[in-house]
Amino acid sequence: MKPKTIIEKIWENHTVLSEPGKPDLLYIDLHMVHEVTSPQAFEGLRLAGRKVRRPDLTFATMDHNVPTTNRQTITDEIAKKQMETLLKNCEEFGIEVADINSPNNGIVHVIGPELGLTQPGKTIVCGDSHTSTHGAFGALAFGIGTSEVEHTLATQTIWQSRPKTMEVRVNGRLAPGVTAKDIILAIIAKHGVDFGTGYVLEYTGEAIRGLTMEERMTICNMSIEAGARAGLISPDQVTFDYLRGREKVPQGEAFERKVEEWKALATDEGATYDAVVEIDTSEIEPMVTWGTNPSQGVGVNGVVPSPEDATSSAERKAIEQSLEYMDLKPGTKMTDIEIQHVFIGSCTNSRLSDLRAAAKIAKGRKVKEGVRALVVPGSQRVKKAAEEEGLDKIFIEAGFEWRESGCSMCLSMNPDFVPEGERCASTSNRNFEGRQGKGARTHLVSPEMAAAAAVAGKFVDIRTLETEATSQS
Amino acid sequence: MEPIVKHTGNTAVLPRVNVDTDQIIPKQFLKRVERTGFGQFLFFDWRFLKDGSDNPDFELNQPAAKDATILIADHNFGCGSSREHAPWALQDYGFRVIIAPSFADIFYNNCFKNGILPIRLDEEKVYELMENGKDKVYELTVDLENQTITDSNGFQASFEIDDYWKEMLLNGWDEISLTLQYEDKIAAYEEKQSV
Ligand code: SF4
Repeated sequence: MKPKTIIEKIWENHTVLSEPGKPDLLYIDLHMVHEVTSPQAFEGLRLAGRKVRRPDLTFATMDHNVPTTNRQTITDEIAKKQMETLLKNCEEFGIEVADINSPNNGIVHVIGPELGLTQPGKTIVCGDSHTSTHGAFGALAFGIGTSEVEHTLATQTIWQSRPKTMEVRVNGRLAPGVTAKDIILAIIAKHGVDFGTGYVLEYTGEAIRGLTMEERMTICNMSIEAGARAGLISPDQVTFDYLRGREKVPQGEAFERKVEEWKALATDEGATYDAVVEIDTSEIEPMVTWGTNPSQGVGVNGVVPSPEDATSSAERKAIEQSLEYMDLKPGTKMTDIEIQHVFIGSCTNSRLSDLRAAAKIAKGRKVKEGVRALVVPGSQRVKKAAEEEGLDKIFIEAGFEWRESGCSMCLSMNPDFVPEGERCASTSNRNFEGRQGKGARTHLVSPEMAAAAAVAGKFVDIRTLETEATSQS
Repeated sequence: MEPIVKHTGNTAVLPRVNVDTDQIIPKQFLKRVERTGFGQFLFFDWRFLKDGSDNPDFELNQPAAKDATILIADHNFGCGSSREHAPWALQDYGFRVIIAPSFADIFYNNCFKNGILPIRLDEEKVYELMENGKDKVYELTVDLENQTITDSNGFQASFEIDDYWKEMLLNGWDEISLTLQYEDKIAAYEEKQSV
């Protein structure tokens, strides 16, 4: 048999219909729903007198505009209405929902894996572009629009043209102080903000195999920032060990049988891709973005580039526009850029290991005066687990604000935002103009780098900081 | 959705290029939980004066454009974000057909998903229609079956459209109705995979 990639295997397993002149009709195993992109989809169903085909394969949460301070009094009337509407819709259509009071509540891409809903070989959709996160488990996961949300609710399928496949190989081992976030930022910086357009990416290589599940999620999360339709990693023992015993996976014997099935999903030896890109870990430093798209980043010891460095007029214009919005001068050292805000959170970096890594830096240090630093766990479970370890105390003692879970300052639909003209070191995934507030300037970094920036009030190379910490202890 | 086979209606002329989704439906109206009712906010910042009254200078407020169901627009109509609120607003306001020399990609596809026929037509033809429809009631007939546009004074043009979308509009199918025609296939898949 011809060797196949995991992407081809999952695609073929889910093709309901494949006819010339049409996209393929793909069956969806898991549909995750949240409060912002779903109300009109449910309304559409109601107007057409349709039902949800598989409420049992649908799961809802509220995350985008939940407040992260007092969850009981929601002051934003519209946010409140969106959340109430979701509850009503879920009740009417029989869908399980992790509402604001549920211990399972959290960011949609954090709770799917946490509950074990996300599993290898599944097709997963959600009305949010960072659905690619679930690919870390060897699932094929797409972000979709509101019409497609409605379509999936009604039919449990979506029309998708067969994607091209791309291998993204990360060679070598990760050096200390370099994180999963730095890998993905470095890949996008090296290959450009649209190198993945039209493709599904599979991340491979020694460095990827050595990552934990949480780190793998950070990588897959940002596939969309490379323009890719999805990104995934073939499942292995790390994947199975993470999932064993979780609420929504089969238990005992049945789980072990599943594992055998899942093992067969991994890309076959000798399978070929439509394209291959590579990066060596030796090229990767702790990264900081300087611009307004995620590819505009450099190593922390680098400098802000000049429009003169551009290789095309389009790139030149992009650099000029970014520098103007970010108010940065070419040649400025990244370590000289002062920040006023720090956001540790989002579906990219808000899991327990992220918070642990940031707490390790924060421990025994103080947030610099004039800097506001927020820690927003990805889910209520992450929050609880962190509190059990005393991470909350470390953060609070260091002067960070410790919040309830949610998307928060990743997109600033709730009351958390960065004021105009101020800078934020953020562990989220998008540094677009206005993303964290009108005129706000976002620099994307890892949780460790964000915590260090909070302490120093500017970017520092955590590799120097860590040695200090070791010598102190 | 209501099928579009042959549609005759009054036109409105909007001779502006690069009309983006933010102008079609400004951000502040996005947080609604309904899909309907966006028509009242269509082109809000252009259509109304600060005090909330109609802007007499705006093209759609001209008496001749009253009850228009066909919009004649300029290059790159619908650029900007992928939000589906833009076609929802146009449809809710009453438009069934939009004719322009070019459209933004995502918007173009979103139109079909929401029961609007977007027609790409040569620039000269579009400008001829704009001239014809300027400041007067001007009716056009759009025949989707035969892919033609005509008026009562001898104007004639033909247009291209993808078969997949054509079939959908002719039958008044939204994508969901189309998919539900394969219900047996979906059920068979569920049976086989025991999902
Ligand atoms: S954390 Fe940010 S990127 Fe992730 S789901 Fe929420 S808004 Fe989207």
